[in-house]
Amino acid sequence: MSGAGTVVTAGRRSPLFWLGIAAAVVLLCVLPFLVKNYRVFQFNLVLVYAIAILGLNILTGFNGQISLGHGAFYAVGAYAAAILMDRAGMPYWATLPIAGALCFCFGFLVGFPALRLGGHYLAVATLALALAVPQLLKYKLIEAWTGGVQGIVLNKPEPPFTFRFLGQPFNADRWLYFFTLAVVVLMFWLAWNLLHGRVGRALIAIRDHPIAAGAMGINLPVFKSLTFGVSAAFTGVAGALGANVIAFVSPDSFTVNLSIFLLVGMVVGGLASIPGAFFGAMFIQFVPNIADEISKSAPAAIYGLLLIVLMYLMPTGVMGLVRTLWLRRQEPAVAAAVPASSNAMTKET
Amino acid sequence: MASLLEVSGLTAAYGATQVLHGVSFEIPAGQITAVLGANGAGKTTTLRAVCQTVRTGGSVRFEGRELVGTATENVVRLGVAHVPDGRGTFTALSVEENLLLGAYVRRDRPRVAEDIERMYTRFPRLKERRQQQAGTLSGGEQQMLAISRALMLRPKLLLLDEPSFGLAPKIVAEIFRILRTINAEDGVSMLLVEQNAHLALGLAQHAYLLETGRVALSGRSETLMADEAVRRVYLGY
Amino acid sequence: MDGFLHQVFAGLANGCIYGSVALALVMIFQATHHLNFAQGEMATFSTFVAWALIQQGWPYWGAFCATVAVSFLAGLVIQRVILRPVERAPVLTNVNVFIGLLLIFNALSGWLFDHTVKSFPSPFAQESFLKSRFFSAHEMGSFLVMMAVLLALYAFFRFTSLGLAMRAAAQNPDSARLVGIRVSWMLAVGWGLAAAIGAVAGMMVAPVVFLDPNMMAGILLYGFASALLGGVDNPFGAVIGGLIVGVLENLLGAYVIGTELKLTVALVLIVGTLTLMPAGLFGKRLVTRV
Repeated sequence: MSGAGTVVTAGRRSPLFWLGIAAAVVLLCVLPFLVKNYRVFQFNLVLVYAIAILGLNILTGFNGQISLGHGAFYAVGAYAAAILMDRAGMPYWATLPIAGALCFCFGFLVGFPALRLGGHYLAVATLALALAVPQLLKYKLIEAWTGGVQGIVLNKPEPPFTFRFLGQPFNADRWLYFFTLAVVVLMFWLAWNLLHGRVGRALIAIRDHPIAAGAMGINLPVFKSLTFGVSAAFTGVAGALGANVIAFVSPDSFTVNLSIFLLVGMVVGGLASIPGAFFGAMFIQFVPNIADEISKSAPAAIYGLLLIVLMYLMPTGVMGLVRTLWLRRQEPAVAAAVPASSNAMTKET
Repeated sequence: MASLLEVSGLTAAYGATQVLHGVSFEIPAGQITAVLGANGAGKTTTLRAVCQTVRTGGSVRFEGRELVGTATENVVRLGVAHVPDGRGTFTALSVEENLLLGAYVRRDRPRVAEDIERMYTRFPRLKERRQQQAGTLSGGEQQMLAISRALMLRPKLLLLDEPSFGLAPKIVAEIFRILRTINAEDGVSMLLVEQNAHLALGLAQHAYLLETGRVALSGRSETLMADEAVRRVYLGY
Repeated sequence: MDGFLHQVFAGLANGCIYGSVALALVMIFQATHHLNFAQGEMATFSTFVAWALIQQGWPYWGAFCATVAVSFLAGLVIQRVILRPVERAPVLTNVNVFIGLLLIFNALSGWLFDHTVKSFPSPFAQESFLKSRFFSAHEMGSFLVMMAVLLALYAFFRFTSLGLAMRAAAQNPDSARLVGIRVSWMLAVGWGLAAAIGAVAGMMVAPVVFLDPNMMAGILLYGFASALLGGVDNPFGAVIGGLIVGVLENLLGAYVIGTELKLTVALVLIVGTLTLMPAGLFGKRLVTRV
């Protein structure tokens, strides 16, 4: 048993817990072979968006800097990967770290003017960034690189070996599934380490009480800009992955809608939550399809309605609800008088 | 003496933390009552419970009327004014605008203007700064403004949460002197929460001592001041 | 020189529209401290309602006033019914609700009134006394209407008790409750006013850019930029911000960068200005004690 001074976890992990983990892993591996190609493609997009939303959450959920322009970083990552693969013949897996590094620098640079802006000003400034990127991508001067309005068509990476399992071939989409899954595991592990240590605490301190954080010796400008950079890097890697999954980039793929949807996904999943990114990604990927099935004439209205209803039911997102229910299980005797919002994104003045 | 405020079995919690565990007390009309206690005893929560800015259980009767479950805006209309901890001034508005807001629920326009002048007479420093942004005032001036704003309501009951907090002794003495005058001249009943027991007992006629969400002691100020245990623990001598 | 002046005046005319939208945004911001992302779509929907009334044979000003009144009520109801449940929720939860509203209104406009582009009449006859060398009658008329709205708003907030209460409720809802202000209703009135102003802006824009469900999308962004540039808590600033943005956009498009990157450069300049003056040109730098 744990002795004094060690970190106390919520009880010993039972054998049932590990069994559950094993079952989940098996399910994840078998999943792509249980469904048709198009579904696998959709799952891949969910995984890609999960990384992108995680990136946004690092900046907004954990550090309190609102960004309505993360689509810009996604686009930069996607185009970087596309150009490197198409014009420079680079292998697809090598484009990811480069896209990440590039977006880190880009994000870091954006972080500087962001230091002066807060709250609504930052929101609209990043929104402007999101709007500027598609325009810039269409710009004639760099058309040779970006392919202008038509964009760049790519080839999906071929799997290193082929076989059949459960009647389905191990094709490009399924290979990408496992590749993306591996990247997801890596990125989430990186994020978990980052956010659960000193750095994470510093980020949260800056979010909740910037003046106090500064007074305690945290170098605000450096930290905030670095956070922007890291956040952009995550989303940029997602963009590069996305370019491979869809095998196509064009300026109109990265309109402001993407930035809005990433934000929506982040809030739906839960601010300042790492697992929340999956729920958010699932929402933005599948709910538009559901809305389409309910109403052919005004699917966007249904989507909007579902979004609003979800916000009523879970104002702090899926993970926020999970946390509240978990707390209630711990102390059932106390009535929840005041809604305890665990994050600081309450009304700004 | 008629009871202005009757509190019985009051409970309150912030989320998962229960703060009041069944508080009961009474406030006579026209008098000043103090609520004392250490940090975390539940004094501020008690005041909030009276204004219903926190969810409560139990009963709070003001002039015979049950307040629990009433919206704060309606409690105010019954004649209860609260000077919260941290002053609660509208920092972006001017001094004069703050005072006008204090009289928001009143319908008698001409007398409101009169009352503003009375506040300025009582607190000349506010008059000097009448058009100034309230957030730029010093701590003492903001406290005076907060009290004046509450008085603009012409309340029957004035709730004061730690008016001495963070202020220099000279300013505190001035403010307490004015509070005594207001009680004596205008007959405004007061419920005063203070950590500084000595000050509070000097001003109030009655006092209650809270300990971890329950009433531990009560009585007239002179009695409490003379009490051996109170003196040692709370007055320091 | 004449060409330059022409661009400037055309920019001012556009700037009037941006300023009106900015005014609506500042309205809601002053009342609720939120930026309403659905403002544009609500304004478009209101304009469609006016269009429908005019199609039914209503006189212009009759339809105008009815639309403004209905929009006020609709804004009020939207706040009471749709936004109240998330009043105490975090900022971004509210933002999601705004996005939801945006999608709903946009889809409703398309569904009820279809997507074909429609023309919308202007109340200012082409050859009226309002016309001058540099401004068409409609441009001058829009400008005067916007000025009237602005002055009315200023007077409302500065001199009336309700206006003061609304400002107080927005800044410090807790303290506002302690003086008896019904904060929820203040928010509702703020929304109603913003919806009404948005309707006016929509009806002034539609004759120029023609009416379709996506009419306000681009204008909304310029509206945001104008509001921020002018200082998001300042109605006058919103209007002046709008005029500046309008002129800037036109001059940049004509002389500097061409229409393709016009949007980008305009936004870069605005963001740059905000970096230098974070409270906008006319915003109050609020002093807060730590």
